[in-house]
Amino acid sequence: MSDKQIIDRLTNAFAGAGVDSDGRLHSRLAALAEKQGLLDVSYRTVDSPLGLLLLAATGEGLVRVAFSCEDHDAVLARLASDISPRILRTPRRLDEAAHQLDEYFAGKRRAFSVPVDLQLAHGFRRSVLEHLRRIPYGVTQSYAAVARAAGNPSAVRAAASACSHNPLPLVVPCHRVVRSDGTTGEYLGGPEAKRALLAMEVAA
Amino acid sequence: MTVWALMTRTNLMESSRGPSQTGRPVRSRDAAVRPFEEIVAEHGPVVMRVCRALLGPADAADAWSETFLSALEAYPKLQPESSIRGWLVTIAHRKAIDQLRGAARRPQPAGDLPEIPATDAASAGESSMDDDLRAALDGLPAKQRGAVIYRYLADLSYAEVGELLESSATAARRSAADGIASLRKHFSKGAKT
Repeated sequence: MSDKQIIDRLTNAFAGAGVDSDGRLHSRLAALAEKQGLLDVSYRTVDSPLGLLLLAATGEGLVRVAFSCEDHDAVLARLASDISPRILRTPRRLDEAAHQLDEYFAGKRRAFSVPVDLQLAHGFRRSVLEHLRRIPYGVTQSYAAVARAAGNPSAVRAAASACSHNPLPLVVPCHRVVRSDGTTGEYLGGPEAKRALLAMEVAA
Repeated sequence: MTVWALMTRTNLMESSRGPSQTGRPVRSRDAAVRPFEEIVAEHGPVVMRVCRALLGPADAADAWSETFLSALEAYPKLQPESSIRGWLVTIAHRKAIDQLRGAARRPQPAGDLPEIPATDAASAGESSMDDDLRAALDGLPAKQRGAVIYRYLADLSYAEVGELLESSATAARRSAADGIASLRKHFSKGAKT
């Protein structure tokens, strides 16, 4: 037997690939991390009619919802630098949010009741998000009206910007904000997604 | 549902919040800012390989969890330029020493955590459990055994192996070579493959 054969035999004998194919080790790690307060951000993905959505939560609540066009890896890297790199995929913590989104897309839910964490938005943007949460299902409002409601009537552009940087689309319904001329305007998930959401809410 | 069926997927503007990483080391995006999940996904297998070789299949699962749990705790403070694999293997090395000494057995995990029965851990993925090889590896002097494991199963450099074994790169290289030579001798003496 040559050295190389010995080394190959070693690497085969202790091969670690597929070691956690059922995810049990990972689940156990996540559970231990959560128990010891070391899990700052948990996340999962969920299928939706608008494509795969990324859901991320802190101990406070849902902190980020991202469309796949935002690039989920990039979103997670940003969460790592903006909040904490102690991030693990932990579906359990987000089951309720995923379930409520399913119900929403099925037309069976008109408001979300999961706790949210708005820490990614500051100042005026945050006031805008807080106002958006009060716009009822199926109702639209203009950017100007949103600016006014958030406490700065002249900040229409800033209000639009707050909507386009909404860290929690769908759950904080920025899709209900439209242009004063009645056109839909831009949307994180794409203008077509926005039109589809509004159509669904009107029809339901 | 038709409203969804009619939609086509459009790619749009990325939400660009700008690269405002003030006060962080320039290279932080390379290492320390990667979500820990990526670290587990990338290095989970190598850490398991090392834990199995150091401790055997029954205790490997525990050591693996403990290694990543300690790593998770320290992760935000990890220097951006660190070799992550070397860092994780160092933690695994210490966990293994602790376990072997029986010194650091933490209190039994709470009942709500998913338990990993030893039999499952032993069979999971270890289809080619090579008892003969394990016995031969365990029979090596400690430095040789460590050098073989860290060099060939963890793929660390001799410099890193030397540091782990509290010796030099040269000594690590020699220990690894001696270890492999012993294993080869063991198997050429007629132990069947």
